[in-house]
Amino acid sequence: MVQAIVFLPLLGAVLAGLIALFGAHARNPSGDELDHHGDHGHGDAHASAAHGSHGHDDHGHDDHAHDDHHVSEPPAAGSRGAELITTALLFVSAALSWMTLVDVGFMHHDIRIPLLPWIVSGDLQVYWTLRVDTLTAVMLVVVTTVSSLVHLYSIGYMDEDPNRPRFFGYLSLFTFAMLMLVTADNLVQLFFGWEGVGLASYLLIGFWYQKPSANAAAIKAFVVNRVGDFGFALGIFAIFLLAGSTDFETIFHAAPGLTGKTIDFLGWHADALTLTCLLLFMGAMGKSAQFLLHTWLPDAMEGPTPVSALIHAATMVTAGVFMVARLSPLFELAPNAQAVVMFFGATTAFFAATIGLVQNDIKRIVAYSTCSQLGYMFVAMGAGAYSVGMFHLFTHAFFKALLFLGSGSVIYAMHHEQDIRNMGGLWKKIPYTYAVMVVGTLALTGFPLTAGYFSKDAIIEAAYASHNPFATYGFLMTIVAAGLTSFYSWRLIFKTFHGEPHDEHHYEAAHEAPIWMLIPIGVLAVGSILAGFPFKEVFTGHHGVEEFFRESVKMNPHIIEDMHHIPEHIAFLPTVMMVLGFLVSYLFYIRRPYLPVELANTQPMLYKFLLNKWYFDELYDIIFVRPAKWIGYQLWKKGDGFIIDGLGPDGVSARVLDVTRNVVKIQTGYLYHYAFAMLIGAAGLITWFMFGFGGQ
Amino acid sequence: MITWPILSVTTFLPLVGALIVYLSRGDDEAARRNSRWIALWTTLITFAVSVILVMRFDAGNPDFQFVEKANWLATGITYHMGVDGISLPLVILTTAVMPFCIIASWKAITKRVREYMMAFLILETLMIGTFSALDLVLFYLFFEGGLIPMFLIIGVWGGPRRVYASFKFFLYTLLGSVLMLLAIMALYWNGGTTDIPTLMHTAVPRSLQTWAWLAFFASFAVKMPMWPVHTWLPDAHVEAPTAGSVVLAAIMLKMGGYGFLRFSLPMFPLASHDFAPLMFTLSAIAIVYTSLVALMQEDMKKLIAYSSVAHMGFVTMGIFAGTMQGVAGGVFQMISHGIVSGALFLCVGVVYDRLHTREIAAYGGLVNRMPLYALTFMVFTMANVGLPGTSGFVGEFMTLLGTFKVSIPTAFFATFGVILSACYALWLYRKVVFGALVKPSLASMKDLTFRECLTLFPMIALTILFGVYPKPVLDMSAASVQQLVNNYNTAVTAVKAAALLQ
Repeated sequence: MVQAIVFLPLLGAVLAGLIALFGAHARNPSGDELDHHGDHGHGDAHASAAHGSHGHDDHGHDDHAHDDHHVSEPPAAGSRGAELITTALLFVSAALSWMTLVDVGFMHHDIRIPLLPWIVSGDLQVYWTLRVDTLTAVMLVVVTTVSSLVHLYSIGYMDEDPNRPRFFGYLSLFTFAMLMLVTADNLVQLFFGWEGVGLASYLLIGFWYQKPSANAAAIKAFVVNRVGDFGFALGIFAIFLLAGSTDFETIFHAAPGLTGKTIDFLGWHADALTLTCLLLFMGAMGKSAQFLLHTWLPDAMEGPTPVSALIHAATMVTAGVFMVARLSPLFELAPNAQAVVMFFGATTAFFAATIGLVQNDIKRIVAYSTCSQLGYMFVAMGAGAYSVGMFHLFTHAFFKALLFLGSGSVIYAMHHEQDIRNMGGLWKKIPYTYAVMVVGTLALTGFPLTAGYFSKDAIIEAAYASHNPFATYGFLMTIVAAGLTSFYSWRLIFKTFHGEPHDEHHYEAAHEAPIWMLIPIGVLAVGSILAGFPFKEVFTGHHGVEEFFRESVKMNPHIIEDMHHIPEHIAFLPTVMMVLGFLVSYLFYIRRPYLPVELANTQPMLYKFLLNKWYFDELYDIIFVRPAKWIGYQLWKKGDGFIIDGLGPDGVSARVLDVTRNVVKIQTGYLYHYAFAMLIGAAGLITWFMFGFGGQ
Repeated sequence: MITWPILSVTTFLPLVGALIVYLSRGDDEAARRNSRWIALWTTLITFAVSVILVMRFDAGNPDFQFVEKANWLATGITYHMGVDGISLPLVILTTAVMPFCIIASWKAITKRVREYMMAFLILETLMIGTFSALDLVLFYLFFEGGLIPMFLIIGVWGGPRRVYASFKFFLYTLLGSVLMLLAIMALYWNGGTTDIPTLMHTAVPRSLQTWAWLAFFASFAVKMPMWPVHTWLPDAHVEAPTAGSVVLAAIMLKMGGYGFLRFSLPMFPLASHDFAPLMFTLSAIAIVYTSLVALMQEDMKKLIAYSSVAHMGFVTMGIFAGTMQGVAGGVFQMISHGIVSGALFLCVGVVYDRLHTREIAAYGGLVNRMPLYALTFMVFTMANVGLPGTSGFVGEFMTLLGTFKVSIPTAFFATFGVILSACYALWLYRKVVFGALVKPSLASMKDLTFRECLTLFPMIALTILFGVYPKPVLDMSAASVQQLVNNYNTAVTAVKAAALLQ
């Protein structure tokens, strides 16, 4: 059954890929002849090579990118077939996943299926293995459910795009990689899924490859993730050095014996487990867009909106959270690493929320919100309340996917307009979308009894109850961020759906999306309400967690207990912040719409700072991108060209030429001289060797 | 079991093919076609024979197999051939890549076709011979002999600066070989034989180890190429015809790595141990330095050439880590790089044949007209980046893992290659393939032909197969690598123990 869950999406991806490929090939004939224009012979090519320009720094920095893909071609043949195949397979996979969740989570039938040997060399034994315990089962459900709904939604959303088979192929490929990630039984397979989702994300962000900004965003996403993977890879090496294996079971067994060991890491005698956990967490920071490695996520919004919902909200970006939960037996033994996790989580939660306050692109607001919510999850991880973090991951998948798909529905209605300043008053035009967006917002802000209410409050309680050195910091940041979240979420709703329409033309043409799109957002809206309370006990209850998760995560032994004993007023605080955020937002955007403008005018520095995302892109450009290019250029021209070649072959040949020209004027052929010099040299060295060694 | 000298047949079959090409005189279209077909069939039959080698090969046996021995020059210098788990994969790589080279040259080469095919066939013999020779003199002959056809291929059928490139290539490699010849002589005087298996079990005095190691190093480092003697490679690649680049990248670079594995590590373990920090440093520099340089290239072939240097840095690093994963990873990385870089050069050749420029800025938006090409290029770009699931990952991962055990700083700096390779490879892909197709010169580009698919699709299959299931290659080399690693570690620990006793 697990094989079916994992490999059906792959099958779908391959089939859709083949349909896409055959369709594309039919439109573009083969041939190695070119209709010559007579202007590109050998000589020209090289003449222009000298002043070839390097225009690869035109990153799309515009805040209000439009989701416009102009239709110029008819849809590829077999589009409907590819859509139906991939979607149907995904729904099968999703149904099986829910069955697996019941089987594993409640019936306690953990699964481990070895498939194939992968990298086997000496004591390195890596096998392709599917492992399903409760932690994985939860992820399976999240991934396949959201993915199947997104597939369905995309049938409607992408209905004007000529490259649909390719799109669905990528979506299914992504799902497969994500499933490999969550079912991994060793770190290397986890890494396979990790990079696999990175590839799919790269392909999907750059899906509209004709847009330069989409290409730039795709590369940025891949490269920034690679920076994280740099740490991840080193973490795997370190684990292998310490435990002699990459299998989870072996590592976890060995972990208690590793406490107190040190590794000499670049002259720093680091505690082995702390170092390892920090390196692995670096990978998580990249994938989950945490503070410092977050810059790719907002740009990733260049991709089609269903992609943002699936990859950049519900599943891929939560892989980092999953990884920390998966490695909880290691993190529990490395309290310093946990402190770092909480610090970055809390910082991200606050920092991303502040940026979300002032953004104007509907998708970017939701993207920063995602970033912030991921920070919440890491706060829970840092507190040792892994199941609580997973709870938020679970509920967040529903309401954030809903918000993205709802935004997609708005964008669709507005003919690919994404700037909320050009919207307004839409609730009359698209009431269904409005209703579900409000549900999503309620869940996100933690309105009582919605899904987000249970999971988010639990995280804030966990942060308060934790004994992590950054616990207080984590608590304060998440509390503040709760207010900010409420503010920017309602700001989005008010500016989009209320007030006066700002673009009459688009407003008049706005219409509700086709049924393909309405069903998934309806289902997600139901999920955003129901994913909370029924699951509260198994994710945050004292016995529920032990019963449900069992060995799959190693919780901090006291955290759940302590969470249930925090003061009443603390437990109430998130709700207060939520209401406060709502009221300010209501005041700003409904009652006194001139206030935010005035505020921006009186605090231009702060406003600019937030609007430009704390200037991280500019900063990284200055400290990483430009120096790397500069160094590369210098090494090439000066290092290779001047020093090595100058002293090496060119220098030698020049000297040889000088010598031949000036001294040995009788002779003319160079080869003769080489041969002669060689002969003399060889003879001399032989002599030296013979007498040198003979004499010993 | 062996009734006929199968290894010699594999080695010299291409030479016979070259002879046939030579005998079929004439320079009209028919003669050209004939020589193409003869060359193709020769390489295919050679490959088929080499498959027999694989089938009869006993992977559990770490020693040399298919051994042939005959008297040759003087006492101690014999015609001695044989393969073990380290050389056999490289032999197969050679025989497998050659037919692709012939097919890739089918239309691109129009002048002196006969000589061209002969050069390639002779080159094939010399390369197979290099990997299967078990006598130092024989090895030297094959190893250096390979220079000549390559020199000619670049110098005759190359681009505008071919003379400069071929001389640079020749000058660099010759410098190394002279020193190696001296070392071979020294070994002969020391052991009284040039027989490689015998020499592997002959103790070499410490001082001679150092000098001989350095002499061999000079030759192999140039071939690899290692930083700072790598600058011949970009020039040679740029000027070489497509198939020449493929052979150069896929096979000739591997001779250096093979040499380190066959000579430096087993014969001079102590010197290898002493010089390991040097190798680590050079490898790490190579990886970071050439990756940064690759970022700034304007010529597609140069970019891939620099990335080759970086990838070979992983090989040298893994080999001198002296751990099972490091060495096995090095062998695997050589095979993987042979497939991937060869295929990348074929990809460049595809567009070069159409537009006759390799300048990156001349391209853009090819995906609009060439979807098959875009897919193919994407697969190899990802393999070049080292994406798990492609063969590129397995080699990089294993070498890094093996090195981490021995030298954390090396592994740390080498892992930067993971980030940088993503930068330059994806940048290249974006500039060439993605984007809107606006340049008028590209408007009539057409997609891969059947012939081009024939060269590229098998490579895709291998790249993904070895990425998901590298077992065939790893198993083939495991026993030999294990023996090599054990011997190396025994020698090193013995000396350490002796030093402690004193």
